[in-house]
Amino acid sequence: MARNIRLPDPTTESGTVKWVTIAVAGLFMAVVLFIPLLAVFLEAFRLGAGAFLAAITEPDALAAIRLTLLVAAISVPLNMVFGVAAAWAIAKYEFKGKAFLTTLIDLPFSVSPVIAGLVYVLLFGSGSVLGPIFNSAGLQVLFAVPGVVLATLFVTFPFVARELIPLMEDQGTGDEEAAISLGAGGWQTFWRVTLPNIKWGLLYGVLLCNARVMGEFGAVSVVSGRLRGETVTMPLQIEILYNEYNFSAAFAVAALLALLALVTLILKALLERVYGRDHAGGVRH
Amino acid sequence: MSLAPSSRRGWRWKQPSVIPGFGLTLGFAIVYLCLIVLIPLAGVGWRSAALGWEEFWRIGTDARVLAALRTSFWTAALAALVNAVFGVIVAWVLVRYEFPGRRIVDAVVDLPFALPTAVAGIALTALYAPTGWIGQFFAPLGIRIAYTPIGIVIALIFIGLPFVVRTVQPVLEDFDREVEEAAATLGANRLQTIVSIILPALFPAILTGFALAFGRAVGEYGSVIFIAGNIPYVSEIAPLLIVMRLEEFNYPAATAIGAIMLILAFIVLFAVNLIQTWSRGRYGHGA
Repeated sequence: MARNIRLPDPTTESGTVKWVTIAVAGLFMAVVLFIPLLAVFLEAFRLGAGAFLAAITEPDALAAIRLTLLVAAISVPLNMVFGVAAAWAIAKYEFKGKAFLTTLIDLPFSVSPVIAGLVYVLLFGSGSVLGPIFNSAGLQVLFAVPGVVLATLFVTFPFVARELIPLMEDQGTGDEEAAISLGAGGWQTFWRVTLPNIKWGLLYGVLLCNARVMGEFGAVSVVSGRLRGETVTMPLQIEILYNEYNFSAAFAVAALLALLALVTLILKALLERVYGRDHAGGVRH
Repeated sequence: MSLAPSSRRGWRWKQPSVIPGFGLTLGFAIVYLCLIVLIPLAGVGWRSAALGWEEFWRIGTDARVLAALRTSFWTAALAALVNAVFGVIVAWVLVRYEFPGRRIVDAVVDLPFALPTAVAGIALTALYAPTGWIGQFFAPLGIRIAYTPIGIVIALIFIGLPFVVRTVQPVLEDFDREVEEAAATLGANRLQTIVSIILPALFPAILTGFALAFGRAVGEYGSVIFIAGNIPYVSEIAPLLIVMRLEEFNYPAATAIGAIMLILAFIVLFAVNLIQTWSRGRYGHGA
């Protein structure tokens, strides 16, 4: 008869230690992450649902929402095409300087968002070479929508590439070589073989890229010039309202972005279940 | 020795491949990289060089600039340190323990990546202001959190947490439990096993997470400016000083401060790469 004595497992901690550790981690997470998130929604609805709706439907807020969507609609596809091209070149071929190129692609993650804005001010601002050329061609870059797009592109540059490079390196070149040897063309191979292989990883990268595009603040605030209704994105609108002590309106717009963050996290968790945590482990977002 | 000539003959810039599109994809990637990132960044170097060394030095050693750099540095270091400690605990709990709500906690770790920094900034300020939910408990004790450097540290802890958790977590998941069993068999108690077997193996990952969190925190702007109070010489961070100089159209000063921060960012990046190379050689995995 088996004796019913439970020996302590030598590779786990005792129950007390376990629950104390969980409590410490839980408390830390609550104070640092959960409570601030909760605060956004509570502050947004402090004056009731009517005030919330009024705050997010007033003309300046609507203009900010429109601009944020416009910037995302331009920036995300551009960085997506770049990410796919860069990952194709880096993962499907062996060439010298590959590691260096990968480091350069990651560079924007190491640079302060404010500097991402600064570089475009220096490039297109007063005293620059390019600014007057573009101006005489009738294209205002700085303190206009093109500047906002450029600064956003810089900050979110590595997202898709970073997600796809390790994924495509793991998948190797066998599928593509088989397709080519069976007579498929380059584009055919990409659309019919490679894209189905990488679709979840691509979606994952696009999702994270989009979240950062819509929420970018530092870089955009430097190049925007804050022309109300013209160059103010949602995060900038939050700042403007907050600095006018219009707190509930600021939190109303903030709640929309927090909702976007929550949707992003949920989709991200679902995607990780579909295609595995191993590939969805990019740390430096 | 005899291999040298043949290996030289065999030197190729690129290995041959039947897959088409190398020129197109690499060409596009490099052109886009240059247009969006490299040329604009080079502009900072070029404009800094145009300032001349003396002017650069004068701006860089200005008392207010030095104070802002100091503030940025110690707050980022302290926040990264707090994250290194609690990030390991959170990663440990997520990997080793089963408890209700584990999946939700795991998903929420990434919140700072998804939540716009301005939203985090105003939310933390609302919480930690003297009249806020959390700040009201500290105000009677004479402790002010928002509008002081402590507030900056709070914001930077928020921003940096996922970096440590997400670098330590996979290494802990891959950790070979048999090593722990061996330690236990040899008579080590649990604490000894954790301190002298597990933590040393996690160390490169913790260091990488610390460096990433620090690098992000030094350049952070959006979440900090709301809670910092932005008092010159006290709670003014270097990125804010860049923004202020730009708003005054004082481009030389903004450029010089930006160049200093860029150099620091490259040092952090270099350190991370060194840690990973060292860790790969020692433990067989990049942190």
